Amino acid sequence: MTEQAPLLSVKNLTTHLHLRRGVVRAVDGVSFEVHEGETLGLVGESGSGKTMTCLSILQLLPRHGGGKLDGSIKLDGTELLSMSENEMARNVRGQKVAMISQDPMTSLNPVFSVGDQLSGPFLYHKLVRSVREAWKRAADGLRNVRIHSPEQRLTNYPHQFSGGMRQRVATAMALACSPRLLIADEPTTALDVTVQVQIMSLLKNIQRDTGVGIILITHDLSIVAGLCHRVAVMYAGRIIETGKVRDIYRTPGHPYTQALLEAIPHLGEKREQLTAIPGQPPSLLDPPKGCRFAARCPKRMSVCDDYPPGFEVGDGHVVHCWLKADQR
Amino acid sequence: MQRVVVKGLGNAIISILGASLIIFVISRLSGDPVSLMLPIDAPKSAIDELRRNLGLDLPIWRQYVLFLSHAVQGDFGNSYRWQMPALQLVLERLPATIGLAIAAFAFSVLLSVPLGVMSAVYRGSWIDQIGRVVAMTGQAMPSFWVGLVLILIFAVNLNWLPAFGAETPVHVILPAISLGWYPVAAQTRIIRSGMLEVLDSDYIRMGRAVGTPERLLIWKYAFRNALLPLVTIMGVYFAGMLSGAFVVETVFAWPGLGRTVVEAVFARDYPVVQAGVLVTSIVFILSNLLVDLSYSLIDPRIRL
Amino acid sequence: MSVVPTVTAQSNSADARPSGPRRLLLGAPWIPLTVLALVLVAAIGGDSLSPRDPSGLDLGAAFHPPFWRAGGSTEHLLGTDNLGRDVFSRIIAGARVSVIVSFYAIILSGTLGTLLGIVAGYFGGWVDATIVRIAEIKMSIPSLALALILSVSLDPGLTTVVIVIVFTYWTWYARIIRSEILSLKERDYVAFAKVAGCSAPTIFVRHLLPNIFNTLLVLATLQIGQVIIFEASLSFLGLGIQSPDVSWGLMLADARQYITYAWWGITMPGIAILLTCLSANLVGDWLRDLLDPQRRQL
Repeated sequence: MTEQAPLLSVKNLTTHLHLRRGVVRAVDGVSFEVHEGETLGLVGESGSGKTMTCLSILQLLPRHGGGKLDGSIKLDGTELLSMSENEMARNVRGQKVAMISQDPMTSLNPVFSVGDQLSGPFLYHKLVRSVREAWKRAADGLRNVRIHSPEQRLTNYPHQFSGGMRQRVATAMALACSPRLLIADEPTTALDVTVQVQIMSLLKNIQRDTGVGIILITHDLSIVAGLCHRVAVMYAGRIIETGKVRDIYRTPGHPYTQALLEAIPHLGEKREQLTAIPGQPPSLLDPPKGCRFAARCPKRMSVCDDYPPGFEVGDGHVVHCWLKADQR
Repeated sequence: MQRVVVKGLGNAIISILGASLIIFVISRLSGDPVSLMLPIDAPKSAIDELRRNLGLDLPIWRQYVLFLSHAVQGDFGNSYRWQMPALQLVLERLPATIGLAIAAFAFSVLLSVPLGVMSAVYRGSWIDQIGRVVAMTGQAMPSFWVGLVLILIFAVNLNWLPAFGAETPVHVILPAISLGWYPVAAQTRIIRSGMLEVLDSDYIRMGRAVGTPERLLIWKYAFRNALLPLVTIMGVYFAGMLSGAFVVETVFAWPGLGRTVVEAVFARDYPVVQAGVLVTSIVFILSNLLVDLSYSLIDPRIRL
Repeated sequence: MSVVPTVTAQSNSADARPSGPRRLLLGAPWIPLTVLALVLVAAIGGDSLSPRDPSGLDLGAAFHPPFWRAGGSTEHLLGTDNLGRDVFSRIIAGARVSVIVSFYAIILSGTLGTLLGIVAGYFGGWVDATIVRIAEIKMSIPSLALALILSVSLDPGLTTVVIVIVFTYWTWYARIIRSEILSLKERDYVAFAKVAGCSAPTIFVRHLLPNIFNTLLVLATLQIGQVIIFEASLSFLGLGIQSPDVSWGLMLADARQYITYAWWGITMPGIAILLTCLSANLVGDWLRDLLDPQRRQL
């Protein structure tokens, strides 16, 4: 899988946001790759820059205080950062890269029918010749996400669907134009556990059928285990560890990853209390120069005042921690 | 939907009854209209007879019932001044006022909607600043003064537009602008803040993420959501226009209901004042009902 | 009851603005505050401030233009009207009526509306339903129509203007205060005071009033402009302030028939209204942002 050219290659991505309090590097020199048919899990606490990374790929930063992007984002070898807003809208968003957002309750427009919203992408990207044809394709889309009697449901409005059903509709909308890359931003956080499983297996099946590359943003490591091939752990705007799911779970290299894994309660395990990581992530307004986790790290050393480069500890397993310096 | 209509109609009827009660009670506060209807030196017997004929010797609640039962039959009495049924006079003048209010409303919407949307889309730009100035000054000027200034500029100095009367469609321009200016401010603000909120919403981001062209995103998908709060208060502003029409019609000598009622007030022409105010209230209540119903057309969530 | 502004339950305001007195000084709208202060001074100082007698007739000096126009002089800064009365002095005299009307109308409609709003919101049930219904019915009569019908029954003048405005505006306070009370009532400390056996008046004074004070202040400030415009409209129609009292609206009514040759007669009093209302609205907006950031309209 790693031999062929990656579908998406992000290098040194930096996203500046202009907040009222000052300029923040919400994403700070992030690099990763996603291959066809692969799912990359992007893991981290809220505020660690996961969502900003993905919005940067689509260049959909918040309209106000929306920031400057540096680095490189290549999709199929084409640089996205040099594209104009117009090109992004016409050729990339929805067509090559699509997104499902976190809350299915707010991600569909409440005052338009599902058919209207779902048929849109076909029309915008000129994949159909008539509105009627677009609605037919939209019905096919609903069928693909396992919604029954799609023709009738197209005339319904979002409030007539349950949460899980809405997330299916949103998924159908994202997948309408068979994108190469799907960004799923915590697609199940707002849903019941049983519905979570359904959505996850839906994504898995779609990937099997279409070979779409997926970036799955989550703070829930148990979801990562079931769906992802590789994992990137983010902390305070930076990726601190990447590797195959198995490696990350069995031999987490970074103390932060270890702490995250310890925080997952396991079934049948008797523990007095859940382990929480003491302290708070650093303010991105004035981040520390060295390792950003150092202030909370139980294994802190004096060398941590300098930012650790990536140390490869296994096949594609990279850890940004001085503890791994000797294993190089 | 049927239930909404029935409930709305029921509420409207209660409001109309309530309005008639308020109007009745207030106009009885002044005491006896009889003295105005007869010569000052009329004999006591004539006064008593007229009082009896008008039912003024009955207890107040029976007078109200009488007033109401007459009103339902369209009988508010004859205008003292015009010597014709008050309701007939009022209904003759009503279309001109409604026409003016609609023109004014059209003006305010045509100005405030693009201004509000553009202010939100280009937040902080020069167009936003213009919107802000319009909004601030609009709410600080009485509509009759706007009318006077418009007359001064466009009729007196430039001689472009007629200032008085209603002979041609052109005559409606100045009164409509003066009447429509006041709500522009609030409407622009509501559209702007509604659009700002909607443009930052998840579903607009989702729309962007599937490549929806910006024009459609703003004018179709965001706009209809931002319209909802405007529709809610449209009834209030339409009432404001009916209210403002009393003054603006006087300024422009517009032959509508407003001017007629103002003149009737000076003439102490009670039947015309009562009929005029009640009819204005009914128009307002019904237009509010229409607004409520159209709201449920725009927002599928409250369709029943 | 459909246009009550909703208070969103957002607690995390991310911006760290300077707090305390410094913030007050930094953002205060100094120009509007100055204008309001000038109006107040004009109202209190009255005749002793005006260069001429506002009612002093001088038919020989009729229709003098403002001083910067040909034929004008500094004797009559803003010109004279059809009876030769000094426009500038009359504007100063008119400020008095505006201030008096605003003061009484706001105090009275605010008190009445607030009381009814508190009672409706606090007791709920049929009390609430009745008050809400009355307010709705009142609001179904356009405000000037209501004013007209009141004017038939009462003699025109300052008192009538105040009565009409109070009658028109109490619902404004009642609606907003009612919804405020409804949300306050759900708070723990109010519920606790109730359980602890505090009497209704005690709860009003100790727990509810302090919490709605900010809202009241903002509402009252924003009402100033509306009251002044309302008074001007009534006086313009001849149903408000009566001569020889001076009011800006009345000045406009007098000047209206001479619009073709004395433009200053209708522009000057109008500008006085515009500046006063604009200033009051700006100060009101500023207060709202300062005291109640959650209700800010971006």
